[in-house]
Amino acid sequence: MINEIISMNGYGSYVWSAFSFTLISFMSLYLITKAQLLKEQMKFSSKFRLLDADKIKVAKLQNINKEILEGNLISKV
Amino acid sequence: MYKFFQPNKIFTITSRAPKYVLFLFIIVLTIGLTEALFLSPEDYKQSHSVRIMYVHVPSAWISLGIFSSIAFLSLGSFIFKNKNFSLISKSLAPSGFIFNIIALVTGSIWGKPTWGTWWAWDARITSMLILALFYSMYLLSWRIFENKEYVIKITSMIAILGVINVPIIKYSVDWWSTLHQTSSVNVLSETSIHSSMLIPLAIMTAAFALFSLLIFLMKYNTELIKIKNKGLDRL
Repeated sequence: MINEIISMNGYGSYVWSAFSFTLISFMSLYLITKAQLLKEQMKFSSKFRLLDADKIKVAKLQNINKEILEGNLISKV
Repeated sequence: MYKFFQPNKIFTITSRAPKYVLFLFIIVLTIGLTEALFLSPEDYKQSHSVRIMYVHVPSAWISLGIFSSIAFLSLGSFIFKNKNFSLISKSLAPSGFIFNIIALVTGSIWGKPTWGTWWAWDARITSMLILALFYSMYLLSWRIFENKEYVIKITSMIAILGVINVPIIKYSVDWWSTLHQTSSVNVLSETSIHSSMLIPLAIMTAAFALFSLLIFLMKYNTELIKIKNKGLDRL
């Protein structure tokens, strides 16, 4: 039974390599995109920490900045 | 209406959506893979090699769909001067390119047992390769050029020029004598594929569409944070 699934009448190597290539491509793109997102968010957080109190007040007026700092982009993805 | 496309307005949605999309993608992909690899029947002529269709066809459809959307949005950014359109296009391109590459590679793997060759300079395959070149030019332009106004113009022109290739890809099998078979799934005319194969194909297409949505959302969030990073510098 397992041998049949693997060999697929002699077409197994073609079928499994096509599916493997697809899944590896998915995984690679997902990891690269996630790493880029994480990098930008870290850069944002470290820049934010260097701001003085007045600038922090101004920056926090924008909801988008608060959302980035809350970190829900990375931890939950 | 265009206020809806303002990054500040939609960030709340795009920042929360990826976790749900990822969850849904894993479920749909698991069902799709089970159907495609184990439950769907083998073809009377091609035997089990027909299963490659379940990754090859959705990849080709989605890569074409994404490129058409990029061209449409690029035209929009030209007409309405809305920079968010180009930001959306830029975020769509990586998944479109990966699907284009998957379509080419899995098509090549499928070609060996079916046609006896890994590659043929056939109209459909060559036009898909040209699409990959347009995707590469589009993505490279965003990396090479520094001036924002200039890069938006260049990438929009590449997308609008490249979209001419989309109907060529679609009708290449009808216009020329090709190794590649004609379409089995048609929207306007009768579909010649049995439901036992059409259902797994539809599920895999849904899974791939969810994956491209996931990558788009993550990439779009990355681009928005990049803009906000520059904003912090200006404070």
